[in-house]
Amino acid sequence: PTELPQPVKHGLQSGNLRINFNHGTTCLAFKYSNGIVVSVDSRASAGAYIASGTVKKVIEINPFLLGTMAGGAADCQFWQRVLSQECWLYELRNKERISVAAASKLLANILYNYKGYGLSIGTMIVGWDKKGPGLYYVDDDGTRHSGNLFAVGSGSTYAYGVLDTCYRWDMTDDEALELGRRAIYHATYRDIGSGNSNNLYLVKPDGWKFIGNYDTANLHYQYNPVAAE
Amino acid sequence: MECLIGIQFNDYVLLAADCNGGRSIISMKDDVDKMFRLSERLAIIVSGESGDTNKFAEFIEQNVQLYKIRHGYELSPYAAANFTRRNQAQSLRSRSPYFVNMLLAGYDANKGQPELYYLDYLGSLMKLPFSVIGYGGYMSLSVLDRHYRPDMAEADGIRLLRTVISEIQKRLVISLSKFRVHRVDRNGVTQLDDIESKLVTP
Repeated sequence: PTELPQPVKHGLQSGNLRINFNHGTTCLAFKYSNGIVVSVDSRASAGAYIASGTVKKVIEINPFLLGTMAGGAADCQFWQRVLSQECWLYELRNKERISVAAASKLLANILYNYKGYGLSIGTMIVGWDKKGPGLYYVDDDGTRHSGNLFAVGSGSTYAYGVLDTCYRWDMTDDEALELGRRAIYHATYRDIGSGNSNNLYLVKPDGWKFIGNYDTANLHYQYNPVAAE
Repeated sequence: MECLIGIQFNDYVLLAADCNGGRSIISMKDDVDKMFRLSERLAIIVSGESGDTNKFAEFIEQNVQLYKIRHGYELSPYAAANFTRRNQAQSLRSRSPYFVNMLLAGYDANKGQPELYYLDYLGSLMKLPFSVIGYGGYMSLSVLDRHYRPDMAEADGIRLLRTVISEIQKRLVISLSKFRVHRVDRNGVTQLDDIESKLVTP
Protein backbone atom coordinates (compact mmCIF):
# COMPACT_ATOMS: atom_id res chain seq x y z
CA PRO A 1 0.00 0.00 0.00
CA THR A 2 1.35 3.44 -0.87
CA GLU A 3 1.14 6.47 1.39
CA LEU A 4 -0.90 9.48 0.43
CA PRO A 5 1.55 12.19 -0.72
CA GLN A 6 2.18 14.62 2.12
CA PRO A 7 3.37 18.18 1.55
CA VAL A 8 6.98 18.69 2.54
CA LYS A 9 9.39 21.55 2.03
CA HIS A 10 9.65 22.25 -1.72
CA GLY A 11 7.26 19.51 -2.81
CA LEU A 12 5.42 16.30 -1.95
CA GLN A 13 6.60 13.11 -0.29
CA SER A 14 5.11 9.62 -0.24
CA GLY A 15 7.30 7.13 1.62
CA ASN A 16 10.63 7.24 -0.16
CA LEU A 17 9.34 8.98 -3.26
CA ARG A 18 9.90 12.73 -3.24
CA ILE A 19 8.62 15.12 -5.88
CA ASN A 20 10.52 18.37 -5.78
CA PHE A 21 8.91 21.48 -7.21
CA ASN A 22 11.86 23.63 -6.35
CA HIS A 23 12.69 24.59 -9.91
CA GLY A 24 10.38 27.60 -9.78
CA THR A 25 10.44 28.46 -13.42
CA THR A 26 9.13 27.57 -16.85
CA CYS A 27 11.51 27.20 -19.78
CA LEU A 28 10.65 25.64 -23.09
CA ALA A 29 12.24 25.06 -26.47
CA PHE A 30 11.06 23.32 -29.62
CA LYS A 31 12.29 22.68 -33.14
CA TYR A 32 10.09 23.34 -36.15
CA SER A 33 10.55 23.44 -39.91
CA ASN A 34 12.36 26.80 -40.00
CA GLY A 35 14.29 26.91 -36.73
CA ILE A 36 14.09 26.58 -32.96
CA VAL A 37 12.04 28.72 -30.58
CA VAL A 38 13.29 29.26 -27.01
CA SER A 39 10.79 30.81 -24.60
CA VAL A 40 11.28 31.37 -20.86
CA ASP A 41 9.70 33.24 -17.96
CA SER A 42 11.59 35.72 -15.76
CA ARG A 43 10.48 35.17 -12.15
CA ALA A 44 12.80 34.29 -9.25
CA SER A 45 10.88 33.22 -6.15
CA ALA A 46 12.26 32.71 -2.65
CA GLY A 47 9.41 30.77 -1.05
CA ALA A 48 6.34 32.99 -1.35
CA TYR A 49 8.40 36.13 -2.01
CA ILE A 50 9.10 37.23 -5.56
CA ALA A 51 12.76 38.11 -5.38
CA SER A 52 12.97 39.34 -8.96
CA GLY A 53 10.75 39.67 -11.99
CA THR A 54 13.49 40.47 -14.45
CA VAL A 55 15.75 37.43 -14.40
CA LYS A 56 17.49 36.49 -17.65
CA LYS A 57 16.91 32.76 -17.85
CA VAL A 58 18.39 32.38 -21.30
CA ILE A 59 22.17 32.29 -21.18
CA GLU A 60 24.00 33.27 -24.35
CA ILE A 61 26.85 30.76 -24.54
CA ASN A 62 28.05 31.98 -27.92
CA PRO A 63 26.37 33.56 -30.97
CA PHE A 64 25.16 30.11 -32.09
CA LEU A 65 24.42 28.43 -28.74
CA LEU A 66 21.86 29.21 -26.06
CA GLY A 67 21.30 27.63 -22.65
CA THR A 68 18.20 27.91 -20.47
CA MET A 69 18.17 28.21 -16.69
CA ALA A 70 16.07 26.12 -14.31
CA GLY A 71 16.98 25.18 -10.76
CA GLY A 72 19.71 27.09 -9.00
CA ALA A 73 20.36 30.39 -10.79
CA ALA A 74 23.98 30.58 -9.67
CA ASP A 75 24.65 26.97 -10.65
CA CYS A 76 23.17 27.51 -14.12
CA GLN A 77 24.97 30.80 -14.77
CA PHE A 78 28.32 29.60 -13.49
CA TRP A 79 28.43 26.23 -15.24
CA GLN A 80 27.09 27.58 -18.52
CA ARG A 81 29.83 30.24 -18.39
CA VAL A 82 32.34 27.38 -17.90
CA LEU A 83 30.68 25.71 -20.89
CA SER A 84 31.21 28.83 -23.04
CA GLN A 85 34.88 28.85 -22.06
CA GLU A 86 35.20 25.18 -23.08
CA CYS A 87 33.36 25.86 -26.37
CA TRP A 88 35.71 28.72 -27.19
CA LEU A 89 38.75 26.53 -26.40
CA TYR A 90 37.33 23.84 -28.68
CA GLU A 91 37.01 26.39 -31.47
CA LEU A 92 40.57 27.59 -30.99
CA ARG A 93 41.98 24.06 -30.96
CA ASN A 94 39.93 22.62 -33.82
CA LYS A 95 39.37 25.74 -36.01
CA GLU A 96 35.74 24.73 -36.22
CA ARG A 97 32.63 25.66 -34.25
CA ILE A 98 31.63 23.08 -31.66
CA SER A 99 28.52 21.00 -32.43
CA VAL A 100 25.46 21.18 -30.15
CA ALA A 101 25.84 17.47 -29.38
CA ALA A 102 29.45 17.97 -28.25
CA ALA A 103 28.68 21.10 -26.23
CA SER A 104 25.82 19.38 -24.40
CA LYS A 105 27.98 16.28 -23.78
CA LEU A 106 30.73 18.50 -22.30
CA LEU A 107 28.24 20.00 -19.86
CA ALA A 108 26.63 16.62 -19.07
CA ASN A 109 30.02 15.09 -18.26
CA ILE A 110 30.94 18.03 -15.97
CA LEU A 111 27.60 17.75 -14.16
CA TYR A 112 27.97 13.98 -13.80
CA ASN A 113 31.27 14.49 -11.98
CA TYR A 114 29.46 16.66 -9.44
CA LYS A 115 26.57 14.26 -9.08
CA GLY A 116 25.40 13.97 -5.47
CA TYR A 117 27.03 17.27 -4.44
CA GLY A 118 23.78 19.22 -4.53
CA LEU A 119 24.00 21.09 -7.83
CA SER A 120 20.55 21.99 -9.12
CA ILE A 121 20.52 22.44 -12.89
CA GLY A 122 17.83 21.60 -15.47
CA THR A 123 18.90 23.14 -18.74
CA MET A 124 18.35 22.95 -22.45
CA ILE A 125 21.28 23.49 -24.81
CA VAL A 126 19.98 24.90 -28.08
CA GLY A 127 21.87 25.75 -31.23
CA TRP A 128 22.47 25.32 -34.91
CA ASP A 129 25.45 23.41 -36.29
CA LYS A 130 26.40 21.70 -39.55
CA LYS A 131 24.01 18.84 -38.79
CA GLY A 132 21.11 21.29 -38.53
CA PRO A 133 19.10 22.38 -35.49
CA GLY A 134 20.17 20.87 -32.15
CA LEU A 135 18.19 20.69 -28.92
CA TYR A 136 19.41 18.79 -25.86
CA TYR A 137 18.02 18.54 -22.32
CA VAL A 138 20.79 18.21 -19.69
CA ASP A 139 20.30 18.03 -15.94
CA ASP A 140 22.15 17.72 -12.66
CA ASP A 141 21.76 13.98 -12.29
CA GLY A 142 23.62 13.42 -15.55
CA THR A 143 20.67 12.92 -17.87
CA ARG A 144 21.15 14.05 -21.46
CA HIS A 145 18.32 13.70 -24.00
CA SER A 146 18.04 14.91 -27.58
CA GLY A 147 14.58 15.85 -28.78
CA ASN A 148 12.26 18.11 -30.72
CA LEU A 149 10.38 19.63 -27.81
CA PHE A 150 11.13 20.08 -24.11
CA ALA A 151 9.73 22.07 -21.18
CA VAL A 152 11.56 22.33 -17.86
CA GLY A 153 10.65 23.66 -14.40
CA SER A 154 7.71 23.78 -12.03
CA GLY A 155 5.45 25.17 -14.76
CA SER A 156 6.61 22.68 -17.37
CA THR A 157 3.52 20.48 -17.09
CA TYR A 158 1.26 23.43 -17.96
CA ALA A 159 3.51 24.39 -20.86
CA TYR A 160 3.41 20.81 -22.17
CA GLY A 161 -0.38 20.95 -22.22
CA VAL A 162 -0.41 23.88 -24.63
CA LEU A 163 2.63 22.69 -26.62
CA ASP A 164 1.43 19.11 -27.10
CA THR A 165 -2.01 20.15 -28.30
CA CYS A 166 -0.95 22.98 -30.64
CA TYR A 167 2.49 21.92 -31.91
CA ARG A 168 3.04 21.16 -35.61
CA TRP A 169 6.34 20.73 -37.47
CA ASP A 170 5.17 22.94 -40.34
CA MET A 171 4.71 26.39 -38.85
CA THR A 172 5.70 29.85 -39.96
CA ASP A 173 8.10 31.84 -37.77
CA ASP A 174 5.23 33.93 -36.43
CA GLU A 175 3.09 30.89 -35.59
CA ALA A 176 5.98 29.23 -33.80
CA LEU A 177 6.82 32.36 -31.78
CA GLU A 178 3.16 32.76 -30.85
CA LEU A 179 3.06 29.16 -29.65
CA GLY A 180 6.15 29.76 -27.51
CA ARG A 181 4.65 32.93 -26.05
CA ARG A 182 1.29 31.28 -25.42
CA ALA A 183 2.74 28.22 -23.70
CA ILE A 184 4.73 30.39 -21.27
CA TYR A 185 1.70 32.58 -20.63
CA HIS A 186 -0.43 29.56 -19.68
CA ALA A 187 2.32 28.21 -17.44
CA THR A 188 2.68 31.56 -15.67
CA TYR A 189 -1.09 31.72 -15.18
CA ARG A 190 -1.30 28.40 -13.35
CA ASP A 191 2.12 28.06 -11.69
CA ILE A 192 3.00 30.37 -8.79
CA GLY A 193 6.72 29.83 -9.35
CA SER A 194 6.60 31.29 -12.86
CA GLY A 195 5.54 34.69 -14.09
CA ASN A 196 6.35 38.36 -14.64
CA SER A 197 7.53 38.35 -18.25
CA ASN A 198 8.38 36.14 -21.20
CA ASN A 199 11.69 36.29 -23.06
CA LEU A 200 11.57 34.91 -26.59
CA TYR A 201 14.51 33.83 -28.75
CA LEU A 202 14.56 32.38 -32.25
CA VAL A 203 17.48 30.22 -33.45
CA LYS A 204 18.22 30.07 -37.17
CA PRO A 205 21.15 28.75 -39.26
CA ASP A 206 22.98 32.07 -38.81
CA GLY A 207 22.64 32.09 -35.02
CA TRP A 208 20.15 33.15 -32.37
CA LYS A 209 18.11 36.35 -32.32
CA PHE A 210 16.38 37.94 -29.31
CA ILE A 211 12.78 38.56 -30.34
CA GLY A 212 11.41 40.41 -27.34
CA ASN A 213 10.28 40.64 -23.73
CA TYR A 214 6.53 40.33 -23.14
CA ASP A 215 4.84 41.14 -19.84
CA THR A 216 2.57 38.19 -19.02
CA ALA A 217 0.02 40.48 -17.37
CA ASN A 218 -0.38 42.30 -20.68
CA LEU A 219 -0.55 38.96 -22.50
CA HIS A 220 -3.38 37.97 -20.14
CA TYR A 221 -5.56 40.89 -21.18
CA GLN A 222 -4.58 40.38 -24.81
CA TYR A 223 -5.80 36.77 -24.72
CA ASN A 224 -8.80 37.58 -22.50
CA PRO A 225 -10.02 40.98 -23.63
CA VAL A 226 -12.27 42.85 -21.18
CA ALA A 227 -15.24 44.57 -22.81
CA ALA A 228 -15.02 48.37 -22.58
CA GLU A 229 -17.28 49.77 -19.83
CA MET B 1 9.58 2.55 -13.26
CA GLU B 2 11.56 1.23 -16.21
CA CYS B 3 11.06 -2.24 -17.61
CA LEU B 4 13.66 -4.42 -19.32
CA ILE B 5 12.81 -7.79 -20.88
CA GLY B 6 15.19 -10.41 -22.23
CA ILE B 7 14.28 -13.82 -23.68
CA GLN B 8 16.83 -16.33 -25.00
CA PHE B 9 15.83 -18.92 -27.61
CA ASN B 10 17.88 -21.60 -29.37
CA ASP B 11 19.10 -19.33 -32.17
CA TYR B 12 18.55 -15.76 -30.97
CA VAL B 13 17.91 -13.51 -27.98
CA LEU B 14 15.20 -10.86 -27.88
CA LEU B 15 15.84 -7.72 -25.84
CA ALA B 16 13.06 -5.22 -25.17
CA ALA B 17 13.29 -2.01 -23.17
CA ASP B 18 10.65 0.64 -22.58
CA CYS B 19 11.16 3.98 -24.33
CA ASN B 20 10.32 6.29 -21.49
CA GLY B 21 12.68 9.04 -20.32
CA GLY B 22 11.57 11.52 -17.72
CA ARG B 23 11.89 13.16 -14.36
CA SER B 24 9.53 12.33 -11.45
CA ILE B 25 5.95 12.52 -12.76
CA ILE B 26 6.83 14.00 -16.15
CA SER B 27 7.67 11.98 -19.25
CA MET B 28 10.05 14.13 -21.29
CA LYS B 29 10.84 11.71 -24.07
CA ASP B 30 8.94 8.74 -25.50
CA ASP B 31 11.55 7.29 -27.87
CA VAL B 32 14.60 6.67 -25.68
CA ASP B 33 16.77 3.78 -26.85
CA LYS B 34 18.23 2.07 -23.78
CA MET B 35 20.29 -0.40 -25.83
CA PHE B 36 24.06 -0.11 -26.11
CA ARG B 37 26.00 -2.07 -28.70
CA LEU B 38 29.15 -3.41 -27.04
CA SER B 39 30.40 -5.19 -30.14
CA GLU B 40 29.03 -6.81 -33.27
CA ARG B 41 27.22 -9.63 -31.44
CA LEU B 42 26.95 -8.20 -27.93
CA ALA B 43 24.32 -5.80 -26.63
CA ILE B 44 23.09 -4.56 -23.26
CA ILE B 45 19.91 -2.82 -22.14
CA VAL B 46 20.21 -0.74 -18.98
CA SER B 47 18.02 0.77 -16.30
CA GLY B 48 18.57 2.49 -12.96
CA GLU B 49 19.77 5.91 -11.85
CA SER B 50 19.72 8.43 -14.68
CA GLY B 51 23.21 9.56 -15.61
CA ASP B 52 24.78 6.44 -14.11
CA THR B 53 23.11 4.23 -16.75
CA ASN B 54 24.65 6.09 -19.70
CA LYS B 55 28.04 6.53 -18.10
CA PHE B 56 28.39 2.91 -17.01
CA ALA B 57 27.12 1.51 -20.32
CA GLU B 58 29.51 3.73 -22.32
CA PHE B 59 32.38 2.71 -20.01
CA ILE B 60 31.72 -1.00 -20.63
CA GLU B 61 31.26 -0.38 -24.37
CA GLN B 62 34.60 1.42 -24.59
CA ASN B 63 36.42 -1.28 -22.61
CA VAL B 64 35.02 -4.07 -24.79
CA GLN B 65 36.21 -2.18 -27.89
CA LEU B 66 39.62 -1.63 -26.27
CA TYR B 67 39.98 -5.38 -25.64
CA LYS B 68 39.35 -6.02 -29.31
CA ILE B 69 41.93 -3.45 -30.38
CA ARG B 70 44.56 -4.78 -27.97
CA HIS B 71 44.09 -8.52 -28.53
CA GLY B 72 42.71 -8.70 -32.06
CA TYR B 73 39.62 -10.72 -31.12
CA GLU B 74 36.40 -10.00 -29.26
CA LEU B 75 35.42 -10.85 -25.72
CA SER B 76 32.96 -13.72 -25.47
CA PRO B 77 29.57 -12.89 -23.91
CA TYR B 78 30.55 -14.91 -20.81
CA ALA B 79 33.78 -12.91 -20.40
CA ALA B 80 32.11 -9.57 -21.07
CA ALA B 81 29.40 -10.35 -18.52
CA ASN B 82 31.98 -11.27 -15.89
CA PHE B 83 34.03 -8.16 -16.66
CA THR B 84 30.91 -6.01 -16.21
CA ARG B 85 29.94 -7.80 -13.00
CA ARG B 86 33.39 -7.27 -11.54
CA ASN B 87 33.13 -3.55 -12.24
CA GLN B 88 29.74 -3.38 -10.52
CA ALA B 89 30.98 -5.36 -7.52
CA GLN B 90 33.99 -3.04 -7.15
CA SER B 91 31.81 0.06 -7.52
CA LEU B 92 29.36 -1.17 -4.86
CA ARG B 93 31.66 -0.53 -1.90
CA SER B 94 33.31 2.55 -3.37
CA ARG B 95 32.69 6.17 -2.47
CA SER B 96 29.96 6.54 -5.05
CA PRO B 97 28.44 3.33 -6.46
CA TYR B 98 26.85 3.06 -9.90
CA PHE B 99 23.18 2.20 -9.57
CA VAL B 100 22.65 0.30 -12.84
CA ASN B 101 20.80 -2.93 -13.63
CA MET B 102 21.13 -4.56 -17.02
CA LEU B 103 20.49 -7.48 -19.29
CA LEU B 104 23.39 -8.56 -21.48
CA ALA B 105 22.71 -10.55 -24.64
CA GLY B 106 25.34 -12.01 -26.89
CA TYR B 107 25.98 -14.62 -29.54
CA ASP B 108 29.00 -16.78 -28.78
CA ALA B 109 30.43 -17.60 -32.22
CA ASN B 110 32.68 -20.35 -30.81
CA LYS B 111 29.94 -22.19 -28.93
CA GLY B 112 27.42 -21.39 -31.67
CA GLN B 113 24.71 -20.28 -29.26
CA PRO B 114 23.10 -17.12 -27.95
CA GLU B 115 23.30 -16.23 -24.25
CA LEU B 116 21.40 -13.92 -21.89
CA TYR B 117 22.83 -12.64 -18.61
CA TYR B 118 21.18 -10.72 -15.77
CA LEU B 119 23.43 -8.20 -13.96
CA ASP B 120 22.37 -5.95 -11.16
CA TYR B 121 23.88 -3.09 -9.18
CA LEU B 122 24.79 -5.37 -6.24
CA GLY B 123 27.13 -7.36 -8.47
CA SER B 124 24.88 -10.35 -9.13
CA LEU B 125 25.38 -12.27 -12.37
CA MET B 126 23.05 -15.02 -13.61
CA LYS B 127 22.81 -16.75 -16.96
CA LEU B 128 19.09 -17.14 -17.59
CA PRO B 129 16.66 -18.28 -20.29
CA PHE B 130 14.54 -15.19 -19.67
CA SER B 131 14.49 -12.22 -17.30
CA VAL B 132 12.50 -9.08 -16.56
CA ILE B 133 13.91 -6.11 -14.62
CA GLY B 134 11.55 -3.62 -13.00
CA TYR B 135 8.00 -3.68 -11.63
CA GLY B 136 6.92 -5.24 -14.93
CA GLY B 137 8.49 -8.49 -13.75
CA TYR B 138 5.77 -9.00 -11.13
CA MET B 139 3.25 -9.18 -13.93
CA SER B 140 5.14 -11.05 -16.57
CA LEU B 141 7.49 -13.69 -15.11
CA SER B 142 4.62 -16.14 -14.62
CA VAL B 143 3.54 -15.61 -18.23
CA LEU B 144 7.07 -16.56 -19.29
CA ASP B 145 7.20 -19.52 -16.89
CA ARG B 146 3.96 -20.83 -18.39
CA HIS B 147 4.47 -20.22 -22.10
CA TYR B 148 8.22 -20.06 -22.81
CA ARG B 149 9.82 -22.77 -24.92
CA PRO B 150 13.45 -22.49 -26.08
CA ASP B 151 12.75 -23.81 -29.58
CA MET B 152 10.38 -21.03 -30.64
CA ALA B 153 10.93 -19.57 -34.09
CA GLU B 154 11.14 -15.81 -34.43
CA ALA B 155 7.44 -15.21 -35.13
CA ASP B 156 6.47 -17.17 -32.00
CA GLY B 157 9.16 -15.48 -29.98
CA ILE B 158 7.84 -12.04 -30.92
CA ARG B 159 4.32 -13.20 -30.11
CA LEU B 160 5.49 -14.31 -26.65
CA LEU B 161 7.19 -10.93 -26.13
CA ARG B 162 3.99 -9.13 -27.17
CA THR B 163 1.99 -11.28 -24.71
CA VAL B 164 4.41 -10.32 -21.94
CA ILE B 165 4.21 -6.62 -22.79
CA SER B 166 0.42 -6.65 -23.11
CA GLU B 167 0.16 -8.16 -19.61
CA ILE B 168 2.43 -5.42 -18.25
CA GLN B 169 0.42 -2.71 -19.99
CA LYS B 170 -2.78 -4.20 -18.62
CA ARG B 171 -1.78 -4.62 -14.96
CA LEU B 172 0.94 -2.08 -14.22
CA VAL B 173 -0.32 1.28 -13.03
CA ILE B 174 2.48 3.15 -14.80
CA SER B 175 1.99 3.61 -18.52
CA LEU B 176 4.73 2.05 -20.65
CA SER B 177 3.30 2.57 -24.07
CA LYS B 178 6.33 1.82 -26.24
CA PHE B 179 9.05 -0.84 -26.17
CA ARG B 180 12.09 -0.86 -28.43
CA VAL B 181 13.02 -4.40 -29.49
CA HIS B 182 16.37 -5.81 -30.63
CA ARG B 183 17.37 -9.29 -31.75
CA VAL B 184 20.87 -10.66 -31.12
CA ASP B 185 21.88 -13.66 -33.19
CA ARG B 186 24.74 -14.97 -35.32
CA ASN B 187 24.20 -12.09 -37.77
CA GLY B 188 24.63 -9.43 -35.12
CA VAL B 189 22.35 -6.97 -33.35
CA THR B 190 19.26 -5.95 -35.33
CA GLN B 191 16.53 -3.53 -34.39
CA LEU B 192 13.02 -4.91 -34.88
CA ASP B 193 9.71 -3.03 -35.03
CA ASP B 194 8.77 -1.16 -31.86
CA ILE B 195 5.96 -2.68 -29.82
CA GLU B 196 3.60 0.09 -28.88
CA SER B 197 0.04 0.62 -27.85
CA LYS B 198 -1.91 3.27 -29.67
CA LEU B 199 -2.60 6.29 -27.51
CA VAL B 200 -5.85 8.25 -27.51
CA THR B 201 -5.89 10.97 -30.17
CA PRO B 202 -8.04 14.12 -29.83
